[in-house]
Amino acid sequence: MSKLKYALYTGCTARESTPELLSSTLAVAEKLGIELVLLDEASCCGASHLQDFDEFLSLVLNARNICYAEQLGLPMVTICNTCQLNTVMTKERLDNDPEMRARVNEKLAEVGLEYKGTSSVRHFLYALIDDYGLENIREKVVKPLSHFNIAPFYGCHNIRPSHIHYKHNAAALPPEGEYHIGEGGGENLEHEQPLMSKYTGENPYAPDSLERLIEALEGKSVDYESKNKCCGFHVDLQAPKTSNALTGTALSDAIDNGADVVVTPCPLCQLNMDLKQESAGKQLGREIEVPVLHLPQMIALALGCTLEEIGLKHNVTKATGLYA
Amino acid sequence: MSNEKTQTAGATRKVTIKAFRFNAETDYLPYYKTYEMEVGKDELILDLLNRIKWEHDGSFSYRRSCRHGICGACGIKVNGKPVLSCKQNAHELIDLFGDELVFEPQSQKRAVKDMIVDKGDFWSKHAAVKPYVETEVDPHPTSETLMSPEQVENFLDADYCIQCGSCHYACPVIEVNEDYLGPAAFAAAYRFTVDPRDEAGRERLETTAELGSGVWDCVKCYECAEACPKGVNPIEKITKLHNLQFEEKVAERNVATKHAEGFVRSIKKFGYLDEQDIVLYSEGLGVVKHLSEALKMIKAGKVHPFDFAKKKMPRSKNLEEIQKLIEISKTNEL
Repeated sequence: MSKLKYALYTGCTARESTPELLSSTLAVAEKLGIELVLLDEASCCGASHLQDFDEFLSLVLNARNICYAEQLGLPMVTICNTCQLNTVMTKERLDNDPEMRARVNEKLAEVGLEYKGTSSVRHFLYALIDDYGLENIREKVVKPLSHFNIAPFYGCHNIRPSHIHYKHNAAALPPEGEYHIGEGGGENLEHEQPLMSKYTGENPYAPDSLERLIEALEGKSVDYESKNKCCGFHVDLQAPKTSNALTGTALSDAIDNGADVVVTPCPLCQLNMDLKQESAGKQLGREIEVPVLHLPQMIALALGCTLEEIGLKHNVTKATGLYA
Repeated sequence: MSNEKTQTAGATRKVTIKAFRFNAETDYLPYYKTYEMEVGKDELILDLLNRIKWEHDGSFSYRRSCRHGICGACGIKVNGKPVLSCKQNAHELIDLFGDELVFEPQSQKRAVKDMIVDKGDFWSKHAAVKPYVETEVDPHPTSETLMSPEQVENFLDADYCIQCGSCHYACPVIEVNEDYLGPAAFAAAYRFTVDPRDEAGRERLETTAELGSGVWDCVKCYECAEACPKGVNPIEKITKLHNLQFEEKVAERNVATKHAEGFVRSIKKFGYLDEQDIVLYSEGLGVVKHLSEALKMIKAGKVHPFDFAKKKMPRSKNLEEIQKLIEISKTNEL
């Protein structure tokens, strides 16, 4: 296999409150021989909140981030579901709306940049599964996770809206002409939108990529209803009761189905579910305690990365016991 | 049997249907009943509901009316996926979920009998946003009310809503916050607010800006976008309502609006979001309620409270580009 090389858009969280996400991602890439070029020029994706305040500005800033991957001539990978969604929503808009693309490029030209639409944007999870391959990952496992019951938690922004993720995250796209996807197309869109199962995409009502990855690491995955539900992170400040109810319900569901550990590809889910166990437990009137790992932390455990790289000391709910 | 012809053609697939059964008048708890049938390639979920009733159990109850995907009566969930029964091909769902299909009402909490739910909450919330054009109508007009194609485009997809409830009962906030108006009501609020004939726009923007019941309580899970059988894309309309609050100067300074605006403040300084500052800035004095969690984060080395010079805060390379782009691209103020 020729060496895989991507431009890594870290997002904010991996450089601030979840440094363990960045260190474990880099460690996993190193172990697998994947080259990641950090996009140090990139800014915050807006996390849907900037989009609420100023949609045009969010398009300009996200387009600028993609420009830097394009300049390197590399496909972009993300390690945060919310970065992934906001980046591909920008890409989708600019690739299909020439008028908006011209307006955005007019601004970008002021700083010497141009959005061309030449780089793909995918979550690292799918680059690992589809480009590197589960079989190849399986071969690199030195510490099988066979003694763990692992509850996969998908996080909304990598599975919904499925037509966008299907298009951008899927490795094998259907032949040109068999599909047409655009945003908010009303009736027409509906008839032309493919059902996920026809190709290799993730079914938002029964996703299975994390289970397949867990299986490749020789862990046992926990089947539970909340795996594709919302953790409530985005209303944590203005509606903590809603946020706690959603986090608490999902974690309780995982625990009651035998989870020793929860794993998620989204650092916002991770932060919320890791940090809010006490307050969610209080609200639900029960005890909630289960370590929550970032996806690369779990892979790093199985690949035999160092404790420092995996960064378990940064997990709020004690997780160091997972390293043996 | 009704599908004998398709069976001989070899295009049928054997399916086990697990149907949610409950009669609020006589049952203490719901239960599931299993029905097995051969399903033809052109059969819809509505056909399967009919066959349960006609071939297995006459007491099985569900709503149906137009059979053309326009009345919005026959919405149910199959394996957790909201569908309009009369529009959804059964084989497509077998492709997605395998040969065991689970039929459930849109909301189990609001089940009245089998697939039938009490949609009272949906209708009262829908009505709360004035889902109609409000204007003084001249009884003797001398000319037509003209609307440009662009003006129609602006709300056309929102106008496809058939009030089926698929998005409303897919929304996790509806489950936990009884005040929340929900995605269908918000899509309707948007649709009539941007109608050039309407005069109640400001009122609707104020209604949907309320904390607790309005758009700021949306968790951005995209369940509504995924659920809608008509391509309304409710969350996109929710985002547009957010934008309109700022454009029309309806937005008041509160924790939610400051949270949204605070992103610009951070990005201008660092390129990245200052995670500590956004909480302080949005909450103001209310920040004290985060104290116990802040301590946990400090202990885990996630935040650096004494880093007043922000030395630990990352900064984007070429930050001056970002600052310039914000200066020349920003459209809204709080």
